[in-house]
Amino acid sequence: MPGGAERILRRRIGSVSNTKKITRAMELIAATRVARAQQRARAARPYSEQLTGVIENLAAGGADVDHPLLREVENVERVAFIVCAGDRGLAGPYNAQILRSAEREIQAVRSDGGDYRILAIGKKVVDYFTFRGYNIDSRFAGFTDNPTYEDARDVARRVRELFDSGEVDQVDLLYTEFVSLGTQRPVVRRFLPLESTAVMAGEGGGDQAALAGFSFEPSAEGVLEDLLPRYVEARLFTALLDAAASEHANRQRAMKAATDNAEELIVKLSRAMNRARQEAITTEIMEIVSGAESLNTTDEETNIETLMTGAGDRA
Amino acid sequence: MQIEFVSPEDILYSGQATQVIARTRGGGDIAFLTGHEPFIGSLLTCEARVFEDGGDVKRFAVRGGFVSVTGSTVTVLSDAAVPAADIDVVAARSDLADAEAALEANPEDAYAKADRDWAEVRLVTAGERDTAGSH
Repeated sequence: MPGGAERILRRRIGSVSNTKKITRAMELIAATRVARAQQRARAARPYSEQLTGVIENLAAGGADVDHPLLREVENVERVAFIVCAGDRGLAGPYNAQILRSAEREIQAVRSDGGDYRILAIGKKVVDYFTFRGYNIDSRFAGFTDNPTYEDARDVARRVRELFDSGEVDQVDLLYTEFVSLGTQRPVVRRFLPLESTAVMAGEGGGDQAALAGFSFEPSAEGVLEDLLPRYVEARLFTALLDAAASEHANRQRAMKAATDNAEELIVKLSRAMNRARQEAITTEIMEIVSGAESLNTTDEETNIETLMTGAGDRA
Repeated sequence: MQIEFVSPEDILYSGQATQVIARTRGGGDIAFLTGHEPFIGSLLTCEARVFEDGGDVKRFAVRGGFVSVTGSTVTVLSDAAVPAADIDVVAARSDLADAEAALEANPEDAYAKADRDWAEVRLVTAGERDTAGSH
């Protein structure tokens, strides 16, 4: 049947261009969301910088507190993992990367005879670990695109319940760090216990003299104790914002690749379609020519007339 | 002097003022005038008043945090700071009801207590109540 192959190819080209329209739209949406996520991360910086600065300076100034968030355990046996990925797929390797490294960390704890807790942030994390038969301690979903401080506080609350009660000895945070628009990398960070105040003072570049001459209400130690829980929340919030920006950047890249592939496919299919059409035309001409030959008349003009009016009418 | 309200999500307010009044933990109400000594204090969930250079008084509901005074800058870092005009009274009332219900069930719930204080301060700042309850 001439033209059959052409029709099928035409339909496929139609469906590929529809897909391309969708991936292109998703690419553009992701691009604007990356920009917004970066903007939010920038807006959040003054708070966390001020907070961290004051804590480091207080620590350097000699304020020493015995806060539950600083409680170090010699033999770490029970570890909680805050795993932060996305609610949705179609973001290239974004979810898979972080989930794979989370599973690796959990296996490492298990093979040492330790116990684990999973705090899953993002629907994909819940699905992944549920499917593989892991116990999930708590589930947080629905905000990974655009996290608010309130969301960070909800997660921090559960983390502190686990840590303050001694149910876990250590908390690790796994998320995708946003290095630049082109580079995001999955990282594993120790979240709790916080580094001792001495380490904070040294590594953070706290300035012993920075707060000299300050007066404190209620006291330097009291202020530090109030600030530590906020520091935990702020760190978590920063990670959530980073992860959101990374997710959008990954989605943008994945959708750009899909759009490019669709374009390539359309070109290939168009070529195949043109070839099929040309073949059909050639076949038809060949049939006409050989039909004319087979009539075997001597009068060529009559022959052509016959062909044009249709062979069936000729009696 | 320069006054800034900074929340974890954004800088909420920034302006020039002659005086700022807030309430610190353990210290009661405290007023900062130009030239105040360097100071860092933990804030209660409270109403803060900013006396702007133009003579206007701005009222904010502030959810905890801390205040730092350095040189001629007063910075208030808190989870939330809402100007009196922007307070959602209906939401604050329903938050208050929720928090009180939670406290009914468990009087020791620290989070519910914090939520209740925050709801009350919002109502007071919005002028819906004279003073916070006797808690």
